[in-house]
Amino acid sequence: MRFLQFLPGTFSLLLLPIIVLTQRPESKPIELAENCPPGFELTDDNRCMSRSLYQQYPSLRNSGVGGLKTGLPKVRDGFSPQQIDLGRYLFFDPILSRDGSLSCASCHNPELGFSDGMTHSVGINGKEGSRNAPTLWNVSFMKSFFWDARAKTLEEQMEGPLFAPHEMGTTPNQLLSTLNSLPVYQRLFAQAFPDRTDEKIRLKEIYTALTAFECSLISLNSRYDHYAHGYHEALTKQEIEGLNVFRSFVARCAECHTPPLFTNQQIAVLGTPEPDGRPLDPGAEKIFDDATMRGGFKVPSLRNIAKTAPYMHSGRFATLRETVEFYNRGRGHAVPQDEDLRIHWHISEPNLSEYELDRLVDFLKTLTDETFKPRVPEKLASEAESVHNSNVRKMGK
Amino acid sequence: MMKKPKIWLGLGAVLVLFIAGVWVGRIMYKTQSTPPPPPTFFRSSLAPDTAGASGDQVITPVSGTVIEVRDGELIQAAVAQARSGDLIRVYPGTYKETVYIDKENISLQGMIQDGKWPTLDGEKELNDALLYSGNGILIENFKIVNYKGNGVMGQAGNNFVIRNNWILDAGVYGIFPEFGKNGLIEHNILTGIEDAAIYVGMCDNVDVRHNEVYGNVAGIEIENSRHVLVENNHSYNNTGGILVFITPGLPIKTCYDVIVRNNFINDNNHVNFGAPGSLVAGIPSGTGILVMAADQVTIENNIITGNNNAGITVTDLAYGANTANDPEVEPNPDRLIILDNIMIDNGNSPVGELKALMMTKLSTRGPDIVAVGGGTGSCIVNRDRYRTVSLGDWAQCQATDTRAIQTYMLDKPVAPRKISKKERVKMAYYGICSGCHAYEVRMVGPPTLVIQALYQNNPQGIADYIVKPEHKRKDFPEMPPQKYLSKDLRLALAEYLLTVKQ
Repeated sequence: MRFLQFLPGTFSLLLLPIIVLTQRPESKPIELAENCPPGFELTDDNRCMSRSLYQQYPSLRNSGVGGLKTGLPKVRDGFSPQQIDLGRYLFFDPILSRDGSLSCASCHNPELGFSDGMTHSVGINGKEGSRNAPTLWNVSFMKSFFWDARAKTLEEQMEGPLFAPHEMGTTPNQLLSTLNSLPVYQRLFAQAFPDRTDEKIRLKEIYTALTAFECSLISLNSRYDHYAHGYHEALTKQEIEGLNVFRSFVARCAECHTPPLFTNQQIAVLGTPEPDGRPLDPGAEKIFDDATMRGGFKVPSLRNIAKTAPYMHSGRFATLRETVEFYNRGRGHAVPQDEDLRIHWHISEPNLSEYELDRLVDFLKTLTDETFKPRVPEKLASEAESVHNSNVRKMGK
Repeated sequence: MMKKPKIWLGLGAVLVLFIAGVWVGRIMYKTQSTPPPPPTFFRSSLAPDTAGASGDQVITPVSGTVIEVRDGELIQAAVAQARSGDLIRVYPGTYKETVYIDKENISLQGMIQDGKWPTLDGEKELNDALLYSGNGILIENFKIVNYKGNGVMGQAGNNFVIRNNWILDAGVYGIFPEFGKNGLIEHNILTGIEDAAIYVGMCDNVDVRHNEVYGNVAGIEIENSRHVLVENNHSYNNTGGILVFITPGLPIKTCYDVIVRNNFINDNNHVNFGAPGSLVAGIPSGTGILVMAADQVTIENNIITGNNNAGITVTDLAYGANTANDPEVEPNPDRLIILDNIMIDNGNSPVGELKALMMTKLSTRGPDIVAVGGGTGSCIVNRDRYRTVSLGDWAQCQATDTRAIQTYMLDKPVAPRKISKKERVKMAYYGICSGCHAYEVRMVGPPTLVIQALYQNNPQGIADYIVKPEHKRKDFPEMPPQKYLSKDLRLALAEYLLTVKQ
């Protein structure tokens, strides 16, 4: 494993010229951005509004689902550049966790498609979570959060990982006292929330800033998108074959992973297997108190899916090829014998050929676009070290 | 309750025959005005071709050129070269391909000559015959056989016409527009489909008329759609004739304002050969019309005969669906209107739950009309003509007919979203360019300010560069070509970039 330790060193040497050219002097105090991140236009009243070519198109009943030239679901935008940038500093800062060992980016690492590459995320003190970390790309278009759809807003969502004992494990009080004890954060919060009269950082502001940053993670410029906008040379012949398998009524992928976001945002019961030794995850059944929804999970977006292995709520499948094979193996083939799940009607037995499965994977890889990937702060406001890449190293062991 | 004086039966039969006679008379002698032609915005594509060819099936495109495809060539090759407004004519022959149309305003027209059709043959190897995603697509005069997925499938795409197609054993659905607004499905013949022969899913403003569907699991299915007219179809020997559904778990949650009118719906007693787990797999053989959870469905002037389970079945989702619940769906059929229909000989051998229900009514026959589960505000006229079950709280209808509705298609095509040039430019500049070019700070590429200095008064220079970038500056990575932006948009973008001030 020695070469693994050697690699980062080589990389940083290679990157050195770029870093030297791009880095601003370290000594300068942190200032929040006055401009919007890519993908947004700044309005006269200092709000960042999302812009994309998909805004040219309508969608039936404004549902945000359809075909190639279909409008997106309603987007959450309008945050100020300062709020978005403050959110970026918070997102990468491990002081948001109880023991300073984890940041949001530990499980939502920009280098890993804003997920973490692990089957189940690991919280503070090495405590194992129960599900695979979902990507944050394009969350600004989502109507519900968590695999079981239990949160309706990002603000509501983040209370989960921040305060869950097996995730970041902090408390509202600890969070507020930590941030309020740091003059840099007090100054930055005052910049991002200029309307208040006192110096005190509020919980709601932390949520707003993190939400603002998460809503800036837009990925809509993949090669698939170039095809969708009418440039058909953007995809190879084999990738187009894959697109046609994807939307065919044999594979039926597009019926739930509907363009343009590649999710219809519904709950579906698939009957995917849990990792060995784990019991069946009841999913949405618990949230909605409805036995017909047992084993139901939110249909995830497939944008940047090639970056976010492993797959499914359980992280059970390591590769895209394994994942598409699941759908080819027959309705309910992985459901435990003592379970009677209401498997989704589109889970059938498509009998796709090996060739078609390969083309499907080819197509899924065209949904990758990370051109708006945000920069990791060179220096954190708390002066803590970034920790999210130490998580990546855990994978290698 | 069950026993009625024989004189009523006799009178009823006379009345039935009389009404049937009037109805048949109206059809035969065309005293009633014929159904309206396709709306005028399709007409421009319907004018006879003065060049001749084969009569009134010929379409002249709105604009553009005619591309001909002959036996041995690929239809897809013609689609690849077609531009908006073009007409593709396909001559008789066998075409073994999946044709996909990701373009706007393309007409795909089969040429039937001497009884020979252009045939799309999937050989049970290919998935779908025709896929489209663009607006303004017309597909007509094709024979489609032996596919595994769908015959014709639209994913989005407004202003569509699918007609005069002959679809045999083409897989799961025969004709399936999804997420479309304003469409016409007419004069198609479909058989051997393992789900719905004609399936209107999550659409608005669609007419389905003059189609013949037989030997399928479902003849015609209207699902999670609004403003749909199902008229003058013949649906027979399917498992279920005509279905109007809300399916839970779909992103569009409603189905209402559907008229089922002037259809022949008879002998839908085919054994159910739907795939296990599919929505239609649970439909009892012998179902004439089935309304599940949909609202404001009007059923008028249909001839519904010989359906062995029941003529008309109305159900909520709790009774009818075999899927996971959807908290966002209202599961009851509400405000249905059943006007006069001819119903004879239905319910000869009810099955399953209905059979059990009839047993409680001391009958071995199924009813003409049955409603189970929840739902409010529904009505029926002349209910005494029919053998009904559980219509206790249905009112006598105030409505008498739906004559006022001639079509649910729109009188104008759905227009593209109105976007000003400036708005479109901003979508591209901020949605794409800003990923690499900020105003004054360096991101991936040089700052906008620097580009402005280099290309003062030369927007064309920028427009040319972005489609064919040269690597000019060693300290920056090479720019990828932006060929997917149209020529006009590239120039507009260049002009905009030169004016950006922050």
